[in-house]
Amino acid sequence: MSKASWLVDFPQMDRADLLFIRKTLDGAYKNFSRSYGDVIESLFDPLLYFLVWFEKLLVNSPWWIIIAIICGLVFSATRSWKLTLGVLIAFLLIGYFGMWENTMRTMSIIFVCTLISIAVGIPIGIMMSRSDRAQSIVTPILDIMQTMPAFVYLIPVVMLLGIGKVPGVIAVVIYAIPPVIRLTNLGIRLVDKEVLEAATAYGASSRQRLFGVQLPLALPTIMAGINQTIMMALAMVVIASMIGVKGLGQPVLRSITNQYFTIGLFNGLAIVALAIVFDRVSQAYGKRTQRHLEGAQQ
Amino acid sequence: MNDVFIKIEGLYKVFGKTPQKIMPRVKAGDSKDDILIETRHTVGLKNINLEIKKGQIFVVMGLSGSGKSTLIRHLNRLIDPTEGKIIIDGEDIMQLKQKDLEQFRRHRMSMVFQRFGLMPHRSVIENVAYGLTVQGVEKKARSAKAQHWLEAVGLTGYEEQYPSQLSGGQQQRVGLARALCTDADILLMDEAFSALDPLIRSEMQDQLIELQEKLHKTIIFITHDLDEALRLGDRIAILKDGELVQEGAPEDILLHPATDYVEAFVKDVNRARALTVETVMKPPAHRITTQSIAEALQQMKTFSSDYGYYINEDGYQGIVLQKTLEDAVKNGAQDLIGKVHFENILPIAPETVLEQIIPESMGANYPLPVVNKDGDLQGQLPRSSLAKVLAN
Repeated sequence: MSKASWLVDFPQMDRADLLFIRKTLDGAYKNFSRSYGDVIESLFDPLLYFLVWFEKLLVNSPWWIIIAIICGLVFSATRSWKLTLGVLIAFLLIGYFGMWENTMRTMSIIFVCTLISIAVGIPIGIMMSRSDRAQSIVTPILDIMQTMPAFVYLIPVVMLLGIGKVPGVIAVVIYAIPPVIRLTNLGIRLVDKEVLEAATAYGASSRQRLFGVQLPLALPTIMAGINQTIMMALAMVVIASMIGVKGLGQPVLRSITNQYFTIGLFNGLAIVALAIVFDRVSQAYGKRTQRHLEGAQQ
Repeated sequence: MNDVFIKIEGLYKVFGKTPQKIMPRVKAGDSKDDILIETRHTVGLKNINLEIKKGQIFVVMGLSGSGKSTLIRHLNRLIDPTEGKIIIDGEDIMQLKQKDLEQFRRHRMSMVFQRFGLMPHRSVIENVAYGLTVQGVEKKARSAKAQHWLEAVGLTGYEEQYPSQLSGGQQQRVGLARALCTDADILLMDEAFSALDPLIRSEMQDQLIELQEKLHKTIIFITHDLDEALRLGDRIAILKDGELVQEGAPEDILLHPATDYVEAFVKDVNRARALTVETVMKPPAHRITTQSIAEALQQMKTFSSDYGYYINEDGYQGIVLQKTLEDAVKNGAQDLIGKVHFENILPIAPETVLEQIIPESMGANYPLPVVNKDGDLQGQLPRSSLAKVLAN
């Protein structure tokens, strides 16, 4: 080799070194998951029980009760007959095309993932909005979570917890949680300074400011975040099915490998229908909580 | 009434990362611009000393960037000073702990904001009751009280509206009602009327004056409008670049500006509207204290004028001319001054604004008598002194 080879070829790390790094990291993680995997898995047991229970509830209840409950929820949240009727038709079609069970499974996992995302995401968002340092630490982590291909972080999750519902939920939450966090932070930071100052001037404690002023005023933005989170959770359904999450994703996955165009299309459409239902309902609900904005349009 | 209620001593505020390090330079008298360029610290306030008495409307005036909004925010510690003392009703508020500070803000002070600072997600009545909500007053009591103050500012019927449904003037009335609703004895008003159009603004000023006559709060009012300052203020402080330039009664500021800066400010003021008769009038001369016409004519001779103000034990009675009295003597009437001898000129009150008496003053051939509420002659207003004040 000539002396100036580094001009032509990139000066690479020694192969042996790379192998060493790989071996150490993989080994360390394997050891970690071997010794703590069971403990960590047992930590998630309550979540698993809840998931299983909720899925069974949705799948085993008579379909017309579920549809009635869903339509009731939709109507109470949106007060719109049109939207309720649309939801009714969508679910009837899904059932008619034989996708009822899978849809219920997907719905249960999406519901749980959304709840977890909200429960974890909003406090993190609040924390970020209060401290610039927290924001500068959390923001790059969120960037990584959103851009890292889902398969990459599936690997350690599967190594640790195996395949099944819980790793599926974790993967979905990692992928779907950033919008709630980001938009909670943004919404609170955008609250009118003078309104907040007024609250402080009247002696509001930081708790009173948070719950009485910041969160209510940030709510439209937070709702947009929740909406995005639901959409992203739905988008993860197919990927999550690769690690054993049952639902509409599995038929799609099977269709890809076997080239079943129609089955893939139908299940895909069912996911779309779910997405539209979740989206419209959460948006209409968000709008209805903002009664005070109606006057501004006059 | 005369004790100092709010006292600010040696107050400095420097904005930036390490304000303490910059303090020696600020105290050494380095200019604001130099400090900003060399250290990236902004001098907000520089050695402010003020005393505010109970029940006063104290106006702090200055252009934007003069530090007036910064100053008012020190009083309820929305901003903490870099150095200095703030003593309110004998209590050093810099020593308050967070909890005590909250209590202090809840019960002692309320604030009205330039852009209203209303909560868009709460109805008008909930906004008015906000201070009470924070205090933890139960709903029924706070609604009743909020209702009362809403009525006081003339907004009954708007309870369930949202702020965005109201006009600017109405929104600021809500802001004012909210401030009054907590019964705090100190009212901070940060450019409270600046965002309103002129007509509404003067309406609100009238309303504030009217309310103040009943409530006797201590009001600290920030404005950039000298006309507003002169109209509302019992005392006026003028700030420039974070420094106190002049502090005094409105007439002092107007008639004796301390610096060129204040003078430039004062030049454009409509004096006729800002000054009252009291500030311009001359001490009363030409008093006629006898009922006898003959003696009255004698008195007039001693102060060598052709008119006089007739005064008896009931106070001021009227203006009499030498000519009228001489005619009366010629006609052989009784030797007593009576109503028939008075000129048809009405006395003016000392607190009247000059603008209102310009026509009378111009129409009269004699200085207008200034008579107070008890009917006593307090002074006289010659045309010449009126003209002199209005001319420059």
